[in-house]
Amino acid sequence: MTRTSLQRNAVFEASQAEPVEEKISALTAGVERKPSVSAAALAKRIFNMAKDLRGFFLGTLSLLAFLALWHFLTAYRVNIYVRFVNVPSPEQVLDSAIKAFHDPKFFSHVMLSCRRILLGFMGAAIIAVPLGLLMGRFKILREIVFPVTEVLRPIPAIAWVPMAIMLWPTNEESIVFITFIGSFFPILINTLHGMTLVDPVLVRAAQCLGAKERAIFREVYFPAALPHIFTGLTVGMGVAWVSLIAAEMISGQFGIGYFTWEAYSLVQYADIALGMVCIGVLGLGSSAAIRGLGYLVMPWNR
Amino acid sequence: MDAIAPKGFIEVEHFHLAYPSRDGKVAAVEDASIHVRPGEFVSIIGPSGCGKSTLLNAVAGFLKPTRGSVTVDGEAVDGPSADRGMVFQQYSLFPWKTVRGNVEFGLAMKGKGRHARQTAARTLLGLAGLLAFENHYPDRLSGGMKQRVGIVRALATGPKVLLLDEPFGALDAQTRLIMQQILTNMWQHLKISVLFVTHDIDEAIFLSDRIYCMTARPGTIKAEIKVPLERPRLPEMMVSAEFSRLRQELMSLIREESLKAMGGEISAEAMQGLSIDLHGESLASIL
Repeated sequence: MTRTSLQRNAVFEASQAEPVEEKISALTAGVERKPSVSAAALAKRIFNMAKDLRGFFLGTLSLLAFLALWHFLTAYRVNIYVRFVNVPSPEQVLDSAIKAFHDPKFFSHVMLSCRRILLGFMGAAIIAVPLGLLMGRFKILREIVFPVTEVLRPIPAIAWVPMAIMLWPTNEESIVFITFIGSFFPILINTLHGMTLVDPVLVRAAQCLGAKERAIFREVYFPAALPHIFTGLTVGMGVAWVSLIAAEMISGQFGIGYFTWEAYSLVQYADIALGMVCIGVLGLGSSAAIRGLGYLVMPWNR
Repeated sequence: MDAIAPKGFIEVEHFHLAYPSRDGKVAAVEDASIHVRPGEFVSIIGPSGCGKSTLLNAVAGFLKPTRGSVTVDGEAVDGPSADRGMVFQQYSLFPWKTVRGNVEFGLAMKGKGRHARQTAARTLLGLAGLLAFENHYPDRLSGGMKQRVGIVRALATGPKVLLLDEPFGALDAQTRLIMQQILTNMWQHLKISVLFVTHDIDEAIFLSDRIYCMTARPGTIKAEIKVPLERPRLPEMMVSAEFSRLRQELMSLIREESLKAMGGEISAEAMQGLSIDLHGESLASIL
């Protein structure tokens, strides 16, 4: 019989004979304070769970309220300056969603948009993150690159549409480029910001432990900047969708943004809302994916 | 092990440090000379802003003296190195590394393999009573635990000297006392030289073989005091006559400098004058 089971047995016997206080003291004698700690932890967990449940409950409720309001406004064709006359009802949107989900063409629109996001956003991340890290570390690089980025940064990605069409041989490439431009600057600026916030004492601590330039960059600057890099990625992903949808509406032939715009041209009002909901869900999903990645990459930040 | 002679002879000779400011060059430290013999525990004490941390940072290699020299075992200090371990007041553990990851860091920088690192780190953490927390991230630890990790991390690379910059300043009195005992314990086992900066008189006496007392800015060495208390030091010694005598001596030295450091017109006489006789009236009615 192992030692722990012996202990457990001893506790078990005590619990049969003695009142509650004795049980507790037997427990604490056996495992040294652990029960009180885990009891506190349990209480905290239940409290947190209750809080989470409340959040879930309220969240569901507010979504349902939104749907109900939408239904009410469209069912009664409310017309008080803002006109809901032609706005599709949630039921109509659901119908067109069911139809669309059986249509491979709709899926190819969605997949193409996702591909564009992935290419544009990944390209931006692959260039902007290392560039921001290096700019943060080497002042000379910052002095060279920063003025250019500061001039280009305020230009909205949509304003790049005509230029992109001229620059790239195909429509597809110019749309990816616009997505890239949109997400590039938020990622760069946040990475750079993260680099400036690195605690100098940590750098000194690393130096005292024998770390040289490269190790300090890898072991101190990079992990210290990671939370800000992920802020940049989250913001960048949001801007990437904004830019993509605008680009697809203006110059695309496929994609969910084009689908939404086409629905308007073809007077298929339910499809407009379907496209919008779809964009919303995709945007939500992609920022959740980045959050999840951040959770995996930064276990200390949980 | 005992055959190895203790290393880590710190010598700071005629150390001057000035930094530029709007009013020209301002002297932070002027002509300070200190030394720490191999295996010795030496404290620097002085009013805030007297440049005691400046001296420590110079030994660590973060600052270069304007004039004078800083050597360890005869070699001039030129930048930070793993030979001189440092413990900071703000703990400065890497938040993204676990407790063991922090301790292993210096060993990894030395190119030690995974297995050797893990064994060494676990042994040291065991000595500091932190083995159960090896996989925790620092933000889950109390201040006392963090600083124990900080000390263990600095010792893991096997430095010749250990430099501590007010390491227990942020801890409560009880924890501080325990930490002081843990530190002296480790120091006696490892036989390395320690240079300890503090503004706490009791702490300096309790820990040190010798104490340097610094003047207000610009800092110079005002006095050097030997602590003849026997080892191992026990908390009971803090109420001994010898301890009180040393405390008295240091307090009068420091007080003079602290008053200077505070600046203005505050003098011992002025402090006396603060006992205003109100003649039974309330302060508000007099004012």
